[in-house]
Amino acid sequence: MGPEKDCILDIRDLVMRFGGLMALYRPDFVVMRGSITAIIGPNGAGKTTLFNVITGFLIPTEGLVLFNDKPITCLKPHQISRIGISRTFQTVEIFRNMTVLENVMLGFHGRMGSSFTASGLKAPWAVKKENLIKEKAEGILKFIGLSRKSNHAADSLPLGEQKILEVARALACEPALICLDEPAAGLNETESHVLSSLIRAIKEKGITVLLVEHDMKVVMDISDDILVLNHGQKIAQGPPDEIKSHPRVIEAYLGDE
Amino acid sequence: MLRYRKYPVLIVSLIIAFFPWVAAHVPAIDHYPDIMIFAGIYAIITIGLSLLMGYTGQISLGHAAFYGIGAYASAIFTSRYGWNPWLSMLLGTVLTSLIAIVVGGPALKLKGHYLAMATLAFGIIVFIIFNEEAGFTGGPDGMTGIPGLSIFGFKLNAERYYYLVWGIALLVFLFTTNIIQSSAGRALRAIHSSEAAAMAMGVNVPGCKIVVFAYSAGLASLAGSLYAHYMNFLNPSTFDIFFGIKLLIMISLGGIHYIWGAVIGAVIVTFLSYEWLHYFEELEILVYGLILLMITVFLPQGLAGIPEMIKNRFKAAP
Ligand SMILES: Nc1ncnc2c1ncn2[C@@H]1O[C@H](COP(=O)(O)OP(=O)(O)OP(=O)(O)O)[C@@H](O)[C@H]1O
Ligand SMILES: [Mg+2]
Repeated sequence: MGPEKDCILDIRDLVMRFGGLMALYRPDFVVMRGSITAIIGPNGAGKTTLFNVITGFLIPTEGLVLFNDKPITCLKPHQISRIGISRTFQTVEIFRNMTVLENVMLGFHGRMGSSFTASGLKAPWAVKKENLIKEKAEGILKFIGLSRKSNHAADSLPLGEQKILEVARALACEPALICLDEPAAGLNETESHVLSSLIRAIKEKGITVLLVEHDMKVVMDISDDILVLNHGQKIAQGPPDEIKSHPRVIEAYLGDE
Repeated sequence: MLRYRKYPVLIVSLIIAFFPWVAAHVPAIDHYPDIMIFAGIYAIITIGLSLLMGYTGQISLGHAAFYGIGAYASAIFTSRYGWNPWLSMLLGTVLTSLIAIVVGGPALKLKGHYLAMATLAFGIIVFIIFNEEAGFTGGPDGMTGIPGLSIFGFKLNAERYYYLVWGIALLVFLFTTNIIQSSAGRALRAIHSSEAAAMAMGVNVPGCKIVVFAYSAGLASLAGSLYAHYMNFLNPSTFDIFFGIKLLIMISLGGIHYIWGAVIGAVIVTFLSYEWLHYFEELEILVYGLILLMITVFLPQGLAGIPEMIKNRFKAAP
């Protein structure tokens, strides 16, 4: 067992090919339980693709994703969500036809949702669950700092808050691992500062964070471990200080810009 | 959150309950309750269709077929095999839902216009079967001798049929509203808004789509059975593509995002086609086209959306 015991996610020999394009090529790495692990890399490096493979939106050409030592590459997105991996999207995907609170309430669907029949008949247990869902969702909004807007239409929020709302919704899945795809994109400096402390608070709750982010200040501030991708391959992995001064990382970033 | 509104439901139920009594005293409208029976039958379909299209965002132009399958199931089981009408109605509904699951499995993987085309094709195929399988369906001549319904030996005449149909419509309305206001309904609205995000939140998107499709098909089938046992005869033209379009007009006119709208639309379009548009004869279809166009342009939220529209108007203008 040894150090293996503390790893929540283990990516092995992963290859993702789109036609002739090699989007991921064996970026082997493990994510430690309870850590904040950042994935960085230039545009098109394969970061979002990696998230899509982990969360079941893409079936990899080759390789394995192990979550708590169990392979999950054969599972559907909703199944992966239910076993404890939730995510946000790079392009904001909030439910625009719902209120802020309803967005978060939906997050509980996988674990606590009622069946059609129970819902239709207003079965006592369904009503009870619904009340519990509402209570928990309000708790999450409080934690995330959006309580005062809970009854606003979700698409009336400014972009920054929409991104926070997506994080809130992902938390409602009660995940063990949360994957955040560029949560700071489009946020101003104060907002990304708030986001940084929010991500730390999520870690404090015992949730492992996997973070794709271009905002280096956020990444360097909060990450325990950083994985650097370029052209689908891992070029470096280590703590922030090491990555900052890593020659290949500097090269990849300078070479790209 | 959507709140449960008991009073409007109660008031509307009372109006519907007393309507036949009022109509009986006004000679000009004394036949309106008969038309309301059809409106109720259509409302049962449109309520399910509204859940499928308005809430879940899945288009179907094929529900005329499910309506027809229900009607023919009732007709065939009762008049050819002599089964009990209620049992036939139930079996028809189950059978139709199963067909919907088989058809919906592949079809619901399609999106938008492709799904519309697939369901339209299904509707056309079923319509052809109604016409061609004369051994079973009587072909273009249709079927006669379908027995009426009775409860504990009481035959349901038109007066009682009115209450049966609207009683069922009320139950369907309540069941569907309950779904919408619970976690299941939220999942459906999530699918409408973003399938990717819904999946990521643990919603079994293909599963939910199929369940709603089967549910709405089952309701259409139930309505078909009610139609068959009321009319006592059938012919295929009742279930043609135009009827599928008419259903679409009903829910668009009423307001596709409101279950209330489904009922309002069903009632209005029924009166249009049974009563108010008679003068137009062949041109009737043009009038429907015009209505559909007007709604799309001026009232995209339909009639049930008017209060909300007025509210927003006032909010926008300080
Ligand atoms: N579904 C797909 N089909 C075909 N090619 C794809 C698909 N998804 C991603 N790609 C390609 O794979 C490569 C990696 O894309 P990906 O979105 O993972 O990059 P990224 O690291 O997230 O970039 P960014 O920082 O811009 O978000 C890109 O060249 C992209 O065009
Ligand atoms: Mg990306």
